[in-house]
Amino acid sequence: MSNSSIPVRKFDAVIVGAGGSGLRAAIQLSEGGLKTAVLSKVFPTRSHTVAAQGGVSASLGNSEEDHWHWHMYDTVKGSDWLGDQDAIEYMCRKAPEVVVELEHFGMPFDRTDEGKIYQRPFGGHMSNFGEKPVRRACAAADRTGHAMLHALYQRNVRANTQFFVEWMALDLIRDESGQVLGVIALEMETGEVVAFHAKATIFATGGAGRIYYSSTNAFINTGDGLGMAARAGIALEDMEFWQFHPTGVAGAGVLITEGVRGEGGILRNSDNERFMERYAPNAKDLASRDVVSRAMVTEINEGRGCGPNKDFVLLDITHLDPATIMKRLPGIREISIQFAGIDPIQAPIPVVPTCHYQMGGIPTNFKGQVVAPDGAPVKGFYAAGEVACASVHGANRLGTNSLLDLLVFGKSSGDSVIEDVASGAVVHQDLPADFADRTLARLNRLNTQTGGSNVNETRLELQRTMQKHCGVFRFKEMLVEGVAKIVEIEKAVARTEIKDKSQVWNTARVEALELDNLIEVAKATLVSAEARKESRGAHVRDDAPDTPENPNGRDDANWHKHTLWQREGSSLSYKPVTMTPLTVETIALKTRSY
Amino acid sequence: MDERERINRLRWRCTRRAMLEMDLLLGEFLERIFPTLGPAQAEAFIVLADMEDLELWPLINGSRECADPVQAEVVALLRDVRVK
Ligand SMILES: Cc1cc2nc3c(=O)[nH]c(=O)nc-3n(C[C@H](O)[C@H](O)[C@H](O)COP(=O)(O)OP(=O)(O)OC[C@H]3O[C@@H](n4cnc5c(N)ncnc54)[C@H](O)[C@@H]3O)c2cc1C
Repeated sequence: MSNSSIPVRKFDAVIVGAGGSGLRAAIQLSEGGLKTAVLSKVFPTRSHTVAAQGGVSASLGNSEEDHWHWHMYDTVKGSDWLGDQDAIEYMCRKAPEVVVELEHFGMPFDRTDEGKIYQRPFGGHMSNFGEKPVRRACAAADRTGHAMLHALYQRNVRANTQFFVEWMALDLIRDESGQVLGVIALEMETGEVVAFHAKATIFATGGAGRIYYSSTNAFINTGDGLGMAARAGIALEDMEFWQFHPTGVAGAGVLITEGVRGEGGILRNSDNERFMERYAPNAKDLASRDVVSRAMVTEINEGRGCGPNKDFVLLDITHLDPATIMKRLPGIREISIQFAGIDPIQAPIPVVPTCHYQMGGIPTNFKGQVVAPDGAPVKGFYAAGEVACASVHGANRLGTNSLLDLLVFGKSSGDSVIEDVASGAVVHQDLPADFADRTLARLNRLNTQTGGSNVNETRLELQRTMQKHCGVFRFKEMLVEGVAKIVEIEKAVARTEIKDKSQVWNTARVEALELDNLIEVAKATLVSAEARKESRGAHVRDDAPDTPENPNGRDDANWHKHTLWQREGSSLSYKPVTMTPLTVETIALKTRSY
Repeated sequence: MDERERINRLRWRCTRRAMLEMDLLLGEFLERIFPTLGPAQAEAFIVLADMEDLELWPLINGSRECADPVQAEVVALLRDVRVK
């Protein structure tokens, strides 16, 4: 194939991703009169946003007094002061507006007796700058994400957004000046490779949780947006920060809620010991997420894990009355039977700390414009949602702030595109002659590879390496070894071989292309984590413990800065955290304690 | 569309779903059980796989009734899947 054989389609704007953030951005563009294409690997309402149950935060103050400034404080503190305070102020101030807007789009929020949006409490949501819990989470029963996607999708249908479903974007198109001119994408149904030539390109491709062996993320979360950006020379920000949940079913990753320990569940090691008694004599199994996760990893690392590979611990509820389990934890019994093959009434459930959410991503400002290391916008390129790093989550995301991030930055990225198109800041630039060369070479390599590596095995190797070397609790030597290992795995990724060479519905090819993205995210994560010699938020190192000089192991003097990883040479640079909000005073550095 | 294409499309729709639970269940079902189904059951499975996760999950966990007997047979098989 040569360039000239690739069909080119022209749009004002192309959005890659039809989850909450992509759909929210699309509404702005389509209603703003721009000819917009939205690409998605799956039908829009099958995007991973559906999995979100907890809710979306906004200081509506419907149940009790609340204020966006308090929400801002909680978010800064949650981020362990790594979040940018301009973006955080912007998001928290905008929250009531975007949530009410969503209500007008038809979102069936739970309601109070007076008909207002009902709000429930959630971990980390406090009033009056950390004083006492406040009800800030808005939900639609336990299907908030699902309801949100449906409301946004319907609004897009009304606005005539054009969807390209079961299309996979492969690479970003950039010209010599660095301006982004669209994407190259593959239609699964035909195997055709097409260029989407656009004035503006928005990435809304979601997270990359599948880099870990144990992940709560659906299989679709392969970090395609990050891979495409990295290959196009865009630096990735703060990729060492991943939020973990202590109890995912070992192997499957499916979440077992905190409620199980709340009902009396006990964690045990291979000696059948209730090990949390040693780590947290008072709270024991009910200690906070990070304490429990770290204890679990320490047990596994010291050889007291269970199973043939000694790589999980057990969550035991066999001592509970079966009637209580059936009544209080019915869903958990089903999940355990289906995904661990174990009836928890009879035997304990194998669990491990499980990857849940990616805080880092493509660096943007609060307008959703992708920014270069010096802060200047990358012309024609925008990003929102889990793939982006605005950065509002910093080193640790506050629950329900992610759905909010989708709405706020989905909208602001859309508004920026409209502004930039209207002002003529972005126009259709000619495509460079070689714009598709690298993508086509990659496809060609895959089609002609012989004696290469197996995609499934290589992905598993990558996931196991990330889990072992760069999990929830990190060790210097393990990180160093992990970096060396991932470099080896990268070589295998460059030599993947597929047996099926057909064009139409070639899922083997698509999975190999997804692996090309996973490896970029894995490298970025490991290299960034190895380099950051402190503990902060979700990045916790054994060699950066809690000391009087550095409480919680956080070292502001040396590490209060954002990491930027470049694919070229796998090199790192750093940029300062924005400490100046838009209108209020800086929330000064402080030890994070709850 | 030939058989390989049909199965691959189904594989994509079974393993790139909104919820991890469904990726795991439907993916496992497709590999192990689907090849053993008769034509009517296979059709019923395709209809189920085309549903959204929050439509399908209530059928699997029994909180909603199936539309027809063949669908109920397939849902019973899905419920019995154990993901290792
Ligand atoms: C189990 C679970 C529960 C959660 N609960 C909550 C909660 O209660 N509250 C909260 O705030 N957050 C929650 N989160 C986090 C939140 O759900 C996600 O961060 C958020 O939904 C991500 O939305 P998104 O729009 O960025 O991406 P997604 O919804 O993941 O959508 C990504 C889109 O990009 C498309 N795409 C990806 N790659 C390509 C490609 N190469 N080509 C074409 N299209 C592509 C996909 O098809 C999809 O349409 C939860 C997460 C999980 C896993």
